[in-house]
Amino acid sequence: MWSSLPSFVAVYPEIILVVVASFMVLADRWIKAKDFFTWLTLITAGLVLAVVFWTCGAEFGASYAADKYGLFFKMVFLLALFLSTLISPGFARIVRIHFGEYYGLMMFAVTGMMLMASAKDLILLYVGLELMSLSIYVLAGLIYAELRSLEGAMKYFLLGSFASAFLLLAMTYIYGLTGTTYLEPIARRLLEFGLTGNRALLLAVALFVVAFGFKVALVPFHMWAPDVYEGAPTPITAFMSVGAKAAGFAAMGRVFLVALSMAKMGWVDFLAPLAVLTCFVGAALAVVQTNIKRMLAYSSVTHAGYAVLGIIAGTKEGMAATMMYLFIYALMNIGAFGIVVLLRRRDFVGEDIYDYQGLAKTHPTVALLMLLFLFSLTGIPPTAGFIGKFFVFRAAFEAGHPYLVIAAVLASCIAAYPYLRIVMLMYMKPPEKTVSLSLTPYLWAGLAFSVVGVLLFGVWPGPLIDFARACCAGFLP
Amino acid sequence: MEVALRMSEFPLLSAIIWLPVLGAVILLALPRHDRLIRWFTLVVALADFAISLPLFVWFDKGFQGFQFVERYEWIKSWHISYFLGVDGISVLFVLLSALITILCVLISWESVTEKVKEFHIALLLTSAAMMGVFCALDLFLFYLFWEAMLIPMYLIIGIWGGPNRLYATIKFFLYTLIGSVLMLVGIIFLYLKAGTFNILEIMKLGLPYHFQFWLFWAFFAAFAVKVPMWPVHTWLPDAHTEAPTAGSVILAGILIKMGAYGFLRFSLSFFPVAAKAMMVPMLVLSVIAIIYGGIICLAQTDLKRLIAYSSVSHMGFVTLGIFSLNGNAVEGAILQMINHGIVTGALFMCVGVVYDRTHTRAIKDYGGLATVMPIYAAFFMVFTLASVGLPGTNGFIGEFLILLGTFASKKWAAALGATGVIIGAAYMLWLYQRVFYEQVNPKVAGLPDLKMREAIALIPMLLLVLLIGCYPTPFLGFMHESVRSLLEHVHGAAGSAAPITEIIKEGLHVVLPS
Repeated sequence: MWSSLPSFVAVYPEIILVVVASFMVLADRWIKAKDFFTWLTLITAGLVLAVVFWTCGAEFGASYAADKYGLFFKMVFLLALFLSTLISPGFARIVRIHFGEYYGLMMFAVTGMMLMASAKDLILLYVGLELMSLSIYVLAGLIYAELRSLEGAMKYFLLGSFASAFLLLAMTYIYGLTGTTYLEPIARRLLEFGLTGNRALLLAVALFVVAFGFKVALVPFHMWAPDVYEGAPTPITAFMSVGAKAAGFAAMGRVFLVALSMAKMGWVDFLAPLAVLTCFVGAALAVVQTNIKRMLAYSSVTHAGYAVLGIIAGTKEGMAATMMYLFIYALMNIGAFGIVVLLRRRDFVGEDIYDYQGLAKTHPTVALLMLLFLFSLTGIPPTAGFIGKFFVFRAAFEAGHPYLVIAAVLASCIAAYPYLRIVMLMYMKPPEKTVSLSLTPYLWAGLAFSVVGVLLFGVWPGPLIDFARACCAGFLP
Repeated sequence: MEVALRMSEFPLLSAIIWLPVLGAVILLALPRHDRLIRWFTLVVALADFAISLPLFVWFDKGFQGFQFVERYEWIKSWHISYFLGVDGISVLFVLLSALITILCVLISWESVTEKVKEFHIALLLTSAAMMGVFCALDLFLFYLFWEAMLIPMYLIIGIWGGPNRLYATIKFFLYTLIGSVLMLVGIIFLYLKAGTFNILEIMKLGLPYHFQFWLFWAFFAAFAVKVPMWPVHTWLPDAHTEAPTAGSVILAGILIKMGAYGFLRFSLSFFPVAAKAMMVPMLVLSVIAIIYGGIICLAQTDLKRLIAYSSVSHMGFVTLGIFSLNGNAVEGAILQMINHGIVTGALFMCVGVVYDRTHTRAIKDYGGLATVMPIYAAFFMVFTLASVGLPGTNGFIGEFLILLGTFASKKWAAALGATGVIIGAAYMLWLYQRVFYEQVNPKVAGLPDLKMREAIALIPMLLLVLLIGCYPTPFLGFMHESVRSLLEHVHGAAGSAAPITEIIKEGLHVVLPS
């Protein structure tokens, strides 16, 4: 009976992505001009973004909602996909992984992220998370000729499986307590059954914190990050550092703020110390890194610490702050990774921070772009990074966590050092070796896009703030 | 207290702030032709000074409140507006910034030979951010300029500085950053309380003392590092010493004034009760800075380092004046900030002049310069005496007013502060003796005297030293009304101070709820 079928409108974006991704994986055999896949991915990302805006508001049963909350996150995922695709072709060709599966898997990962962001059912959320994770495990190990890539992928896979197990266990407890896996009924029944202080519920909350903490790389669940980030193909590192993190936060928002809002005291108590720890440990360990990808990995740990402040705030404002932070982080972080990609050539890895020595002398424009991305990551105005930090700090302060804000700003001073060191090497030391760049028009476009975003939202963040707020308006009561 | 605003028909302050930025953007597109870049920057700096002159001429000295005000909505969602204006406290600093930018271009003409384009871009951006700091009437906008200035300054010290520049620039950056982020937390708190970043609204807030206390120290962290007050002054000798001449001049001339300006504009007017209660600790810190900075100067063997430490001592006078909360002292402090900018800026320029010729800053490498470079020696003499505070120079007026005012409110502080003047005379005159008299050191024999370009850069400073020294009334006239209303606001603030132990106990209670 056709009439009894639900409307598929809500999942049109996901359907498009899966169809195109499957096509790319299959078509790789016949299409020799691999740039075709780059273009196809870019066009699909744009198209899907348009469809996402168009389908906004649709429901798909009780388990999936293309609501505004999901809309903002999907925008971040698609931005990450778009920018990572732009920085990919040159690098992928150099390490000989330029083929359809590369882009196909990225799209599958984005599909998983989008499912996570819109899932109103724990099972669907889990499916989304696994789809994302499995795609990224493969992507991380795609340079199979390199040992560190395989090592990273293996580590990520093993630890990720553990995290998934934790997630399943948490769901089991929740299901046992409430008899449902739908997020809103969970919240209702927790209240009805008077389970607010229940021990099993607290245990479930703790397990959720572990599982999501792993995905967004909160200390002490961050151990995989440096190795995986270092081993994975650089554009994929950029993609996962933004996309997977944002998806983790999207799920956190759904689960903690909607389903477990009754147990707020519980997860705030778990997350608050982790946030402080994350900020400081990430910052301190970034100081001693000499590989830029590892440095950026620890920096991404620190940034997870800032972003989680918005979740801890537990308010609409806090959620909006986290969302906006992730959006800005996508721009500046993929920008910085774009520069890392730029230095890679067939016979030259270009990941040692001393390779950046004297870059301002040999390639002033590239150095200037890197300078802007790094100062944005540091959080110095007039770059967007400052606006993002200000928003989360403000939200956390408003929600009554001043001590967390003080800890985070102090950590941000430590975190400034590694970025400053790169600037110092680029601008204040004479060049030692001649670094030539592997420049593609795509990469230029990606860098230009990021830098414009970083500066534009640094001085004109108004519309973005309003949009993030509007997206959260209907999300929380 | 209601503060009057006089709107400006022409966006004069915006023009002053954004012209250097526009110049920097154009520089980015210019070809790497050093002469062209230098001349272009000089023209931009001159034009900027020219359009800032109306501030001096049209400023209504009888008006109590902000003039040349511009206000536009900026980030509506956070109630942030682009809100600029000057009063008697800030107007002179805008002028001084514009003047010093010109001199910095002149003084770097031959000393900066590498990455000339980047240097001038950084210089113009620093200048714009500094003027923005003095004009901003919106706390968010203020913080934006305050922090944005760190980037070009970090580059100026780190790229064009001396041998130990990397250490100095990182230290400078991190010190200021730590201070600033604590202020940021304070700003967020004020915003949540007041619902706006508007400085005039926040002034009216009248927070209870236990908030004022913590906020005072949060803002203190940012301003004390910038001033710098003892014991957070240690970045300054390194940064001043290692910075290129233009960098030292900017640091001494404007940048460290931003801290003292912050005390006046924010600490006093936002937290008047705390400012009154914290008067004695602040005076003690100031006196320590004056005496300790002076004594350290006696032990220096490096020209620039000596002048850097003398800044610590002189800025001690400024904070002494500010926290005496007495009309004369505050006016003296503001004038002393201007004086210090002129005199110390000029001294750094003078050191730059000989450094360009000899490439050494050690005092022992000089001697007998008075016979080798007589014109230069005359210039240096005037600035030395101004730094010492000889009557007839501007240094005397500032220090005298500060001590006069301080004596009226706390006698011991004035007495101890006055000893700083004696120490100041000792180290400056001894320096002059070692560098300019005694045997002609063979290392400096036959050096050419001042060039026309260098003289042109120094003459305005010399004239200002003598003008303010002999006839300070027009300058003091600028600040009269603003200082009076500020102090009325401070002394009229209701609320009483609680013992510190109680405040800290209460604070701990908030942080550790159980």
